[in-house]
Amino acid sequence: MIPAPFEYVRVGSVDEAVDALSEHGEEATLLAGGHSLLPLMRLRLAVPEVLVDLGRVDELRGVRDAGDHLAVGAMTTHHQVMSDPLVREHCGVLAEVTGEVGDPQVRHRGTIGGACAHGDAAGDHPACLLALDATMVARDPGGTREITAADFFTGIFETALAPDEVLTEVHLPKLDGSWGFDYQKFQRVKQAWAIVGACALVRREDGRIGEARVGLTNLGSVPVRATGTERLLAGAAAEPDALREAAAQAAEGTQPPTDSNARPDYRRHLARVLTLRALQNSLAS
Amino acid sequence: MPRISVNVDGTAFTDEVEPRLLLVHYLRDRLGKTGTNIGCDTSNCGACTVVMDGLSVKSCTVLAVQADGSDVTTIEGLADDGRWHPLQKAFHTEHALQCGYCTPGMIMASVGLLADNPDPSDEEVREGLEGNLCRCTGYQNIVKAVRTAAAEMHEGATR
Repeated sequence: MIPAPFEYVRVGSVDEAVDALSEHGEEATLLAGGHSLLPLMRLRLAVPEVLVDLGRVDELRGVRDAGDHLAVGAMTTHHQVMSDPLVREHCGVLAEVTGEVGDPQVRHRGTIGGACAHGDAAGDHPACLLALDATMVARDPGGTREITAADFFTGIFETALAPDEVLTEVHLPKLDGSWGFDYQKFQRVKQAWAIVGACALVRREDGRIGEARVGLTNLGSVPVRATGTERLLAGAAAEPDALREAAAQAAEGTQPPTDSNARPDYRRHLARVLTLRALQNSLAS
Repeated sequence: MPRISVNVDGTAFTDEVEPRLLLVHYLRDRLGKTGTNIGCDTSNCGACTVVMDGLSVKSCTVLAVQADGSDVTTIEGLADDGRWHPLQKAFHTEHALQCGYCTPGMIMASVGLLADNPDPSDEEVREGLEGNLCRCTGYQNIVKAVRTAAAEMHEGATR
């Protein structure tokens, strides 16, 4: 199928992108890697009048060490994120989660910024970035602002980005070796979106759990933290019973969606099972 | 209309294109390179896979304007002066196709896979080709063919 006609604007810098968005307002859509947007455009579920292509904005590509955190440029592809030495050393969970996105061809083109700005509750990045307490950086004509992952994802295919705002970077904390992590994704076939996903980060401390963070994919219109599980694990013994008890609370307070894959009760069940597996693997990793 | 310059299978092309033209339609309809197939048209099946600047991509999910300045290799540009690429040979000798529709995409995805990992295990081939679907369910022989080609390419490189 062929997308509806649109005006194509290629920009060479973030400033030019911001200018283009300001000029065209809500008629304009940013094109990153295009692996969420172009399929929607072919189905004519997205019909932008102006497409602003960020493909040549080199300042948005790459990962840099920013001291106490890593700064990942929004146009860094999934393939680049997965193989980046800084990401692998300091934030391995993002490399693992990114490896679950689509397939190799998709990861060669798709970008971290595009995946976030798309705001898909079934996407793999949101839950991971939420568990990491990542920060999103955005620029508009007035300047730059930081948005926590918790505030960034606001609804189904909705984010906190304003129409004239460009997501420029994702800031990730550096995790030391005391953190274990794992992402469990349940899907019908390998390329499909998560029916439910659970991303766990566990800090080990002398045989106990210092801190546990669990982000859940597709258990609501936005990614959610398994707060009941996290509360029970803070300071708990790193033992099977404690994990089981805590994972049983993973779906507490959630309102999972219904679709052709799963009803809410089944999604809650998956959240509990996947959270337990993710916690077990985190402690073993 | 935007003007693009793309190097396809070793030949430089410059064309004016409508922004919404997909790379796969540019290759097939404008350049006549119908070796690249369109399968699902939903970014799933991988039949339209080509190698763009060294990486496998699904050409149904790339706009022709995005390929401006790029180097694209399709299945038609893989043979070297009439001599088949080791992957083409191996898909033939290992019977890695039945209807053949997925084959151009399978081979181009395999080119990308072997560039990344010259000696993949069966498991790594299966993972590397997870973006390509064969509905004749011929995966066994596809995996065999990719490993046969990898061995031949390895031999060629060390000879």
